[in-house]
Amino acid sequence: MIENIGIEKFVILSTLMFFIGVYGFLVRKNLITILISVEIILNSVNINFVAFNKYLYPENLQGQFFALFIIAIAATEASVAIAIFVTLYRRIKMIDVENVNKMKY
Amino acid sequence: METTIFYIFAIVILIFSVLAVTSRRILRAAVYFLFVLLAVAGLFFLLSFNFLAAVQLTVYAGGIIVLFIFSIMLTSQVNDKLEPIAAKKIIFSLLAAIAGAVVCISAIMTYRFSEPKNIEVDAGMKTIGKYLLSYGENGYALPFEVISLLLLASLIGAIMIAKRDNT
Repeated sequence: MIENIGIEKFVILSTLMFFIGVYGFLVRKNLITILISVEIILNSVNINFVAFNKYLYPENLQGQFFALFIIAIAATEASVAIAIFVTLYRRIKMIDVENVNKMKY
Repeated sequence: METTIFYIFAIVILIFSVLAVTSRRILRAAVYFLFVLLAVAGLFFLLSFNFLAAVQLTVYAGGIIVLFIFSIMLTSQVNDKLEPIAAKKIIFSLLAAIAGAVVCISAIMTYRFSEPKNIEVDAGMKTIGKYLLSYGENGYALPFEVISLLLLASLIGAIMIAKRDNT
């Protein structure tokens, strides 16, 4: 707990971060930058989990464990996505979202 | 003191996440994202979740960022600039993001959270290890095992996908 900082401030911070990530997700064309936006969204959710854990339910550590699991899932997701990007670049020399439908052929 | 540190971290997070999603050089976007991750780890330290902050630093700032930078190096020239985005797309995306943020923040402002409890919790390594491997009440043995299986599956999947096929 931090003095003078209520839980609302944490939640508002993570909301703003979430929607910055959503904006990046909508606007970007390069697949790697889209992945960076997704990771920003995941991080904002982590802040939420931890703040709720600390402020409202400090007797258990559920928020912390779910934040840990989210970090692990983000790592797996990033590794598989980057493997796909590298393969895609090898095939079509480009990793923009418009060209990814060529993956079917 | 802690209040000021919180505000500094919040400002760093917001500024660098905006830069990370708008920068036109991919490598710089990745580095700005690294600063976001560091500030988030700082917030975790501030809330005295030391283990979580350390995991964030090692897995995210250590692992994922290196992965990103490697893939950027493999898929584009460092000096390449991304082509500018159409103004229409920017306007509509901004509209969607701002509308969502306004709805969520107004909901947060009107909701009355219950009074925060001021209990000191022991979030040390020992407790975390016990909880992660216990299957009783508040035990996380099953999700822990599922995550380990998921990590193995994604390891094999990433190798299979990125493998150069000689067929």
